[in-house]
Amino acid sequence: MPVRAASWSFTEDDFRAITTALERFLTDCNARCALLVDRTGQLVATVGERPNFDPTAFATLTAADFSANDQLAKLIGENDFSSLFHQGEKESMYLADIARRVILVVLFDNRTTLGLVRLKMRPTVLQLTELFEQVFTRAARDAGSTPNVLAGADDEIDKLFQ
Amino acid sequence: MSMINYASREINCKIVYYGPGLGGKTTNLEHVYGKVAPDTRGKLISLATETERTLFFDFLPVDLGTIRGFKTRFHLYTVPGQVYYNASRKLILKGVDGIVFVGDSQLERMEANQEAMQNLYDNMAEYGYDLTKMPFVIQYNKRDLPNASPIRDLQAALNPGWEVTESSRMRVTPDAYHAGENLIEQLPTGEWIERAQYFEAVAVSGDGVFDTLKGVSKLVLKSLA
Repeated sequence: MPVRAASWSFTEDDFRAITTALERFLTDCNARCALLVDRTGQLVATVGERPNFDPTAFATLTAADFSANDQLAKLIGENDFSSLFHQGEKESMYLADIARRVILVVLFDNRTTLGLVRLKMRPTVLQLTELFEQVFTRAARDAGSTPNVLAGADDEIDKLFQ
Repeated sequence: MSMINYASREINCKIVYYGPGLGGKTTNLEHVYGKVAPDTRGKLISLATETERTLFFDFLPVDLGTIRGFKTRFHLYTVPGQVYYNASRKLILKGVDGIVFVGDSQLERMEANQEAMQNLYDNMAEYGYDLTKMPFVIQYNKRDLPNASPIRDLQAALNPGWEVTESSRMRVTPDAYHAGENLIEQLPTGEWIERAQYFEAVAVSGDGVFDTLKGVSKLVLKSLA
């Protein structure tokens, strides 16, 4: 039994691979912006047009939205809803699950269509799922064996809170 | 679940304020929001009902400083205090790195405190997390009220201590915040017990709010070190 939630981290190479995949996807479907959010509400990456809202707040609400919908799915006898769609008058968003740990959010307007976004999203989700599974496998394998960025930083931590 | 982002050089951690209804969880966040410099905090998000009771959660991101070139970002959440919203309470605990239990010191709220504490243990256990092995502090709020219970009664009811089983931890550890008290000690029966760090607070005026936040944040960072 884990005593606490596991940590995970990704390298600059992971980050580059994720951004490249998302940039290609945005070009292909003409969407405005893509955000990756982990299930606990932390923003992992933002690609495309810079959002004019607070991305941290957005990430938190996205995770809450997905979690609440997971519970709704269970109530109606489904395991989960792997994707969600929120339609607005001008702006819409499409959310998809990645490796059960991360959520891909795509913001788009009437320069494209839901059909195209959904179509182009499928291979992107598969590609990102593979990428994140590698990140998580590595995190599980290296847990406790690689030096942590905070290893031995006890004095610095004490100083920070003086 | 802390997340280290090497690209943006950030360490992100999640802290949840838990406790009975109307105990002061949201007030804690509001005080932090009002006091920290605007460039070190984000927006305070509240998903509340029309009567300002928390429906889903309140959320506030704050930066507490830089360690080894990494910005330490803490995401502070509160849960709804009302038992009716247990399903959403549980969701907020997902991936938590540190817990603050905000107890209401008022004598007549003792039972509500105990129920909330039991509910916290139960919800954590459902995720497979062991509260006794992670960063966890208790805040006794509303210390200014005339009907506040004595600290020793609150400690006995909410923080009686859990058994220490690892022999390496069986040594008297003084409580840095309360002279003459210990966090880990041996009972006359021979058993070693550990208690959660506690803080006294009056959240409406801000007393003890930052001590509590610093206390839990330090434990979270040390658990990563």
